[in-house]
Amino acid sequence: MQVSLRDARFRALVFQLVALAAVVAGLAYLVSNTVTNLEARKIASGFGFLSREAGFAIGETTFIAYNAADSYLRALTVGLANTFRVALIGIALATIVGTVVGLARLSSNWLVSRLATLYVEVLRNVPLLVQLFFWYAIISENLPGPNAALRPLPGIFLSNRGIAVPTLVTESAHAWVLGAFVLGLLLAWRITVWARRRQARTGQQFHAFWTGLAVALGLPLLVFAGAGAPFQLQVPALAGFNFSGGATLTPEFAALLAGLTVYTASFIAEIVRAGVLAVQRGQFEAANALGLHRNLAMRLVVLPQALRVIVPPLTSQYLNLTKNSSLAVAIGFPDIVSIANTAINQTGQAIEGIAIIMAVYLTISLSISAFMNWYNRRIALVER
Amino acid sequence: MTGTTTGSDPIITGPGQKKGSDPVAWARANLFSSWGNTLTTLVIAALLWKLALPFLDWALVKAVWWSPDGSSCRKPEAGACWALIADKHRFMLFGTYPFDAQWRPALASLTFVALYVLSAIRACWRPWLALVWLAGLAAIGVLMWGGVFGLVFVENERWGGLALTLLLATFGIALAFPLSILLALGRRSTMPVIRWLAIGYIELIRGVPLISLLFMASVMLPLFLPEGVSIDKLLRAQIAMILFAAAYLAEVVRGGLQAIPRGQYEAAQALGLSYWKMMGLIILPQALRISIPPLVNTFIAFFKDTSLVLIIGLFDLLTTIKVSITEPKWTGFGVEAYLFASVVYFMFCFAMSRYSQALEASLGAAQSRTTGKGAA
Repeated sequence: MQVSLRDARFRALVFQLVALAAVVAGLAYLVSNTVTNLEARKIASGFGFLSREAGFAIGETTFIAYNAADSYLRALTVGLANTFRVALIGIALATIVGTVVGLARLSSNWLVSRLATLYVEVLRNVPLLVQLFFWYAIISENLPGPNAALRPLPGIFLSNRGIAVPTLVTESAHAWVLGAFVLGLLLAWRITVWARRRQARTGQQFHAFWTGLAVALGLPLLVFAGAGAPFQLQVPALAGFNFSGGATLTPEFAALLAGLTVYTASFIAEIVRAGVLAVQRGQFEAANALGLHRNLAMRLVVLPQALRVIVPPLTSQYLNLTKNSSLAVAIGFPDIVSIANTAINQTGQAIEGIAIIMAVYLTISLSISAFMNWYNRRIALVER
Repeated sequence: MTGTTTGSDPIITGPGQKKGSDPVAWARANLFSSWGNTLTTLVIAALLWKLALPFLDWALVKAVWWSPDGSSCRKPEAGACWALIADKHRFMLFGTYPFDAQWRPALASLTFVALYVLSAIRACWRPWLALVWLAGLAAIGVLMWGGVFGLVFVENERWGGLALTLLLATFGIALAFPLSILLALGRRSTMPVIRWLAIGYIELIRGVPLISLLFMASVMLPLFLPEGVSIDKLLRAQIAMILFAAAYLAEVVRGGLQAIPRGQYEAAQALGLSYWKMMGLIILPQALRISIPPLVNTFIAFFKDTSLVLIIGLFDLLTTIKVSITEPKWTGFGVEAYLFASVVYFMFCFAMSRYSQALEASLGAAQSRTTGKGAA
């Protein structure tokens, strides 16, 4: 091999080495500055602070018991749980609202499609932070106090203390019902696999979907009825200045959830619309011409093609929603960012605190991208 | 759910487009074409009647338009308190900029808008547009800072409001753009080290929320710098926003690059062009042209994201509006204040999104479909 700068491969090697060296040198320079600065300011680095007592209360703890005497690590875990809670509920609600609005935009009813268009155009073009402040202002400033709470539905109370909703009184039988549901799902899956194999072998069709649905829903219903149908709701009631019983969504949580849902739904609506429009009419007609039943044509021909268009941008919206939940810090909902921020202010461990925030979100993002890559490979069109 | 399943085909391609001169025929086709449709129309009309009328009553009929001390807004029969906007609009738009000199940020904001409008006209997509931009940005700098031509010097801690929002968004995109081209080329490079550096940067930035980058800029950046060097808060936030925007723009540019057929690269190489000549003369001009609509969309998202600087305490439009309602006579009118904020942001974003849609249609919808695929 001729070693000269005229050789493309050698030039590429040199170029890459230079680039790598420049990046490493830049990073080393920043690290050395940081070390000097930390020494000058007498800030100890490291994650030792995590085991120290946090000393601040958190207004919202759902799954993990916490009080001010617990460690920073526990406080951060509570924040992480809160992030996941708002993100998961938000994703579920935004998907439902977004799908409804997206299909409504395609409606042949002028009023419906115009309203859906208005929804999408207005909410997409206003920053999420403004919307969060708006919802928070509505809940905390404009709703009446608990004793004059609005009751849009029986058992649900809207007041400036948040949203009080009824909860199910849990009993041991409910665990059995849940178990039966999981078992039913497994059975339904087995039935589907068996039906597909039999159809491949003999050509005989089997209503696997309906049978599966019956098994998955019927089994838990049977258990539920067998246990004597224990079903009791605990309805919130006004006690003093606040509600007791049921569950209360705090104003912060309700505002964050409303903002994230409504904002993300406007993007999901456009994705759903594009997905439906992407499947050409001829596809449905061709499936009909092949003699496929309407439901089968929908499930085997139309939906897979629409989902191929819908799922990748949809996942990136889910990711956006999760990242946007970090705006909680602006309205005082204790998510991971807001708790890490408090920890930074109290301990001065800025680098560690921000590293924790970034690590959490990077883990979520990279796992979702890994899933996406797997999904894209699975559904990619196999071309000649 | 919308009562539209009139035929056997569930794939509906859009609202009925029949546009005759006869309103009765139009209503029959678009509102009352079937039982389900009629029911839907009636239910929605009833809901609108119940919700929209009280809203209009509150927002227009009973609204208080003028009340310097805010007392009329506190009366029980008062509707929306637009007097808040009338009283505080100077602070909302210009922040703590010296009151007598507020024509300067106003003129600077107008200059920004003029630059946007000029750049939107396709006949102006010529090399001289870059010179116009340079001149415009220089004029904005002179207006905001002052210190020359008899203008009083105003340090950038006192900048605020709409001018600051436009400033953060425009400089953010303008400076992130060249960086994003390098990143996109890096990600498509055949050299593994370059490719992995670009991928690492893009995925790292896109994987974390903007908030964490802004926190980093406000509390960590001072630690990165050698002793004695300090950067003010505005510049630190601006750097974070540039680094953030570059990662997102890079993905848009990469989408454009991927849409260029292989033959273009091969033809350029066959002509004996070097890598940079091939990119600069053949590939990038085509790729960027395709990318313009998604670039505008990224700019809209970025424009909205500038509101996040509120969290690190910069006085952008949203911060000045939020601060306005902390004054005792205006507390409790958050809904009015944030509706005003929504209207201002909406005007900018809606205009840009309409422009991007029109541009997409005229540049050819088929081409731009290929962009935006890289997102995951």
